[in-house]
Amino acid sequence: MSADPDTPSESTTTSVNDAGFQALVARFNGLEASIFRGQQRVVVPQESLLEVMQLLKANGFDLLVDVSCVDYLEYRGATSRYGVVYLLANTRSNERLTVRCFVDDPEPTVPSMVPLWPGANWLEREVWDLFGIRFVGHPDLRRLVMPEEFTAHPLRKDYPLQGRGERHNFPVISRDQS
Amino acid sequence: MAMTTPQPLTAMPQAAMPKTASQLDARLELPENVMISRLDELANWCRKNSLWPMPFATACCGIELMATGAAKHDLARFGAEVFRFSPRQCDLMIVAGRVVMKMLPVLQRIWLQMSEPKWCISMGACASTGGVFDTYAVVQGIDRFIPVDMYVPGCPPRPEQLIQAIIDLQDKIQVEGTITGREFDTAARQLRKRALTESGDPLTLDASRNPVVQRQLAAERNATTAATR
Repeated sequence: MSADPDTPSESTTTSVNDAGFQALVARFNGLEASIFRGQQRVVVPQESLLEVMQLLKANGFDLLVDVSCVDYLEYRGATSRYGVVYLLANTRSNERLTVRCFVDDPEPTVPSMVPLWPGANWLEREVWDLFGIRFVGHPDLRRLVMPEEFTAHPLRKDYPLQGRGERHNFPVISRDQS
Repeated sequence: MAMTTPQPLTAMPQAAMPKTASQLDARLELPENVMISRLDELANWCRKNSLWPMPFATACCGIELMATGAAKHDLARFGAEVFRFSPRQCDLMIVAGRVVMKMLPVLQRIWLQMSEPKWCISMGACASTGGVFDTYAVVQGIDRFIPVDMYVPGCPPRPEQLIQAIIDLQDKIQVEGTITGREFDTAARQLRKRALTESGDPLTLDASRNPVVQRQLAAERNATTAATR
C-alpha cells in the first residue's frame, strides 16, 4: 500500500476517498465498505457482483490477484455460509481492494469473472473443486486439483479431514497380479 | 576348511552331502578358476548387483534419493546407480515421498509396467504410513495397494539408511531369489509381508502387537494348562 508518487493525494488510510471507490459506493448505495489496517474492502451482493466488477475494472482495478472462498459454517456471527473473495489490484496506483460476496446453500452460485479477467479461469475451477461454488458463465468448470471422479468438495467445513474413504478406494495389486 | 580326499558324489552318505557350493568345491577336484554353483544363486548374484531403480520421488525424500545417487554417497558402489525413468528398464521401484490419491493409479500403473523380477522400497514415513499427512488426499501407506519389500524409516531418511535398505534387499534377493521367480508366487507369503491390510480397525490388523488380543490368548493358554493338570 505504498503511496504512488503520481497520486500524492492518496494516503494509505484515506484511499477510500478515491473518487472511483466513492462513486462505486454511491452508485450501489448500501454497499458495505470498510477499511481494516489500510486495506479497503467492500461487500457486494450476489446480484450486482458482475456489474460492480465491471465498474471496478473500468476504474483502474485491472488485475485480479486471486479468487478464494471462506466457509463460515459455525462461525461466530456469520450470516451466510460461504464468502467468495476477490482480491483486486490497480497496477497503476498500487491500490488493492478486497471484494467479498456472500452466498448460501443450496447451490451457492456467483457469476464467473472469466469474461473480465481470463486469469480467473483456473482460480474459479479451484474454488469450485474445493468449495463447490458454482460459477455461472465459466467456460470449462471442471475440477482442478482433485481427481475427476471425486464427488465431494473437501475444503468445506462439514467434510471430514480424513475423507469418506476415497483415499482407500483403489484396487490392491498383489505379487500374484504383478 | 581342511581339504579331504575327493570322493565320488554318489558314494557319499546322505548326511555328508555338501550343502554349499564351497563345500562342493572342496569335494570335487576342479580346475583353477572354475567354481560350481546353483543356477538360482548365479541369477540372484547377477540381479542383486545390478538393481536399476525407478525413482518414484514425489517429495523431500526424493532429495535424499538424489543425494544417495550423487557423488558423495555414490550408489554406484552397490550397483544401483542407473536410475531409469522408463518402467520397462527398471527392476527396483523406490517410492520416495507421500503418494496422494490422484497419484496412486499412476504408481500402480508404473508398478505393473515394470518387468519381472521387481522389488519395491518404500522410502520414508509418508510412503510407508502416510506420515503426518492423515488427510483425505494422502494414501496411508503404499503397501495397502502395491507389494513392498523393504521399508526405510525416517523423515526423510538419510542416504545411509537408503543404502542400508538396498544392501538388505540385496541380501534378501540372494537368499530368497530364484531364477524363475518362484518366490513371488504364493499369495500367503504376500499377505504376511503386507504390514497393513484394508480392514479399518488398526488394533485388529496385527494380533501380535495388540495387547488386548495377547492378554486374551495368554488367559486361554493358562486355562488350558490348568485344565490339563
